[in-house]
Amino acid sequence: MMDNIFINYSLFILFLPLGAFLVQILIGKRLPRQGDWVSIGAIVITLILAIAMFVAMLLDYDPNFKQEASFTWIDMGAFSISLGFLVDNITVIMLLVVALISTCTHIFSLEYLKGDVRYSRYYAYLGLFTFSMNGIVLANNLVSMYMSWELVGVSSFLLIGHWFEKDTAADASKKAFLTNRVGDIGFFIGIMLIYTAVGSFAFGDIFEGVAAGMISGTTLTFAGVGLFLGAMGKSSQFPLHIWLPDAMEGPTPVSALMHAATMVAAGVYLSVRIFPILTPDALLFVAYIGGFTAIFAATIAITQNDIKKVLAYSTVSQLGYMILAVGTGVYTAAFFHLLTHAMFKANLFYGSGSVIHSMHHALHEKHDHDTDPQDMRNMGGFKDKMPVTYWSMLLSTLAIAGVPLFSGFLSKDAILAGTLSFAQHHPEHFLLPIFGFGAAAITAFYMFRMMFLTFHGEPQMPELMDDIHESPKEMTGPLILLGGLSVFVWYTLPYFNPISSHGWFTDLVVPKDAVVPGNLTAHEIEEGAHHAHYLAMGLSIGVAVLGIGLSILMYLKKVFSAETWGSRAGFMYDWSLNKYYFDENYNKYLYQPTLRLANKIAWIDWELYDKYFINGFGRVTDWASRVTGKFDFDAIDQTLVDGTAKLASGLGAIFKKVQTGKLQNYVLYVTAGVIVLMIIQSF
Amino acid sequence: MHDLNTYLFVAAILFSLGVFGVMTRRNGIAVLMGVELILNAANINFVAFSRFGGMNMDGHVFALLVIVLAAAEAAVALAIVINIYNNMNTINVDEASALKE
Repeated sequence: MMDNIFINYSLFILFLPLGAFLVQILIGKRLPRQGDWVSIGAIVITLILAIAMFVAMLLDYDPNFKQEASFTWIDMGAFSISLGFLVDNITVIMLLVVALISTCTHIFSLEYLKGDVRYSRYYAYLGLFTFSMNGIVLANNLVSMYMSWELVGVSSFLLIGHWFEKDTAADASKKAFLTNRVGDIGFFIGIMLIYTAVGSFAFGDIFEGVAAGMISGTTLTFAGVGLFLGAMGKSSQFPLHIWLPDAMEGPTPVSALMHAATMVAAGVYLSVRIFPILTPDALLFVAYIGGFTAIFAATIAITQNDIKKVLAYSTVSQLGYMILAVGTGVYTAAFFHLLTHAMFKANLFYGSGSVIHSMHHALHEKHDHDTDPQDMRNMGGFKDKMPVTYWSMLLSTLAIAGVPLFSGFLSKDAILAGTLSFAQHHPEHFLLPIFGFGAAAITAFYMFRMMFLTFHGEPQMPELMDDIHESPKEMTGPLILLGGLSVFVWYTLPYFNPISSHGWFTDLVVPKDAVVPGNLTAHEIEEGAHHAHYLAMGLSIGVAVLGIGLSILMYLKKVFSAETWGSRAGFMYDWSLNKYYFDENYNKYLYQPTLRLANKIAWIDWELYDKYFINGFGRVTDWASRVTGKFDFDAIDQTLVDGTAKLASGLGAIFKKVQTGKLQNYVLYVTAGVIVLMIIQSF
Repeated sequence: MHDLNTYLFVAAILFSLGVFGVMTRRNGIAVLMGVELILNAANINFVAFSRFGGMNMDGHVFALLVIVLAAAEAAVALAIVINIYNNMNTINVDEASALKE
């Protein structure tokens, strides 16, 4: 079973980072260089294995490639749980993405976290995260996926709270963990609903069970929505999106790895995996959540001044896109966007990390510890000082804005075509393409706004400019690599057509039919998307140009003043700047009432239950034990036990008088006894 | 005169005298002499039953065994009496009551 090369490689890919974690957490501090070479060695081997698998997949070039291996973990008669690996093309691509971004993050952090107080622990947690993420990717069943899912949540918690001395970081890590819990409850309910009906956790068995009608209708819809709730939490979908922007309190390389490229993509990955069992109703729910999140987060990103907050909301918005694609049926497009987005968004985060690192350094030189190094209002004009960062980020910005010749154009186009085709079939859902195209326009706008504010224009703090330098090569290396990967050609090889996504990806990741009876077949969806393709492409180029043009006019040429238009927008500007007051309203209408309720319950618990019931019970017990204690002492101990002893000693005192020690007395007794016996005998 | 009851009568008198001696004498040697009388009363019985009761030679053998036993008993008992005398300077059996409690 385990003789397959893919499965063997997967085992190493899964457990090498775990080994690095164990070494780092146990003896990392005592190793030379705090053991960062252990983690980097492990992750580089992982990357090499992932590349080897990827090359093997390309050589194989089989869209139906699939390897599965499992073993029984718990066996209790009728109830048994198997754990195992599922390796298909999606898994291999995802493993490569995780390994690549994780390697980049490990290398980038060498410089970014140099001299950090918990340097070895940071690398340990990165290893733990990589292990858990690979666990999600490789899972062939919902149980191991759920376990890895929670492990990913833990590593996210630990890494966001890396600088836990800062209250904001500690709060953010708690918020991320708890918000994810909300989604995970849904995930768990979904798993249980499916297990109850199908009797297995493995994806293959579940698909067969659904196809056979063991679970259908409303139950299946609820199960699908339940599983998707988990994805909503992890992928930060409205209304559970609140944790991701706060998660930016973690170190920037962590944001690139987890909160842009891999961990938040886990939700999309789950949705892609369970796509075949989603009913039309569940899909509609998915589509609206995704579409709304896409445009909703984009409108927040417009007004943010913190460079990482812009990227965070941009990530939420792009994840919304992927979810929208799953909901409209083009789930391979969702996975395609996951792939391209992982590259360019991780790169944007590395770029922002490079800028922040430089700002931090410059502020440190000036002994200025009050200015926020992440605020774009303090930047401007960095283009010539940090050319590598600038050009690399520009490539990724073009990609995310959906400009032709870049990767994001292809994947976004595929999603928008799917959305448009969905709305053509169901005109009542016209909002979905509006969400999609609107978000695309806004994305182009705010991404270029970020670029212009940071790199162009007049320096806002000219006194810093002497100390702003390009980052060292540990940081520019990943930037150059991932910037290069934002170009379309890597995703369409062996073909070279900038406006068609046709290539190895579309050949190897082929949509499969849903197993829910009555759903559209993959072919029908494909057909529709194909028809809508050119219209979608024209529209998406149009909205991208619109967004970029507006941004150039407003922030580069200054034809319109951003301030004037901001004040003209009035309350809309305030809402966007304050993230639609979500945190405040959650606080007011959700957390505070919950807290008050909890306080009430605590009062009941303490004042009534504890003081009267529990303490009363204690008093009754105390009294009862006194009574029984008295009884025990007086009746049992004093009377019965001591009485027996006294009786014995009293009798002893009486009978010992017989023992005179005088021989003749004994002889007398014997003789008397014999005589008595003889008298008795004679009767 | 030559019948069983005569011998039994003599033996019973002898036995009673022995028991009387054992019970009333204070002197340890005298107590031992009483024991000898009891044993010899038994011997007379054995021999009498051997002659008149059809026990044949068995009674004789038992009588001889008792004589040997009495010799052994006298040896051990006299050794005890000598030890009592050495320890307590008396052979009064009433004095030797250290085991009463």
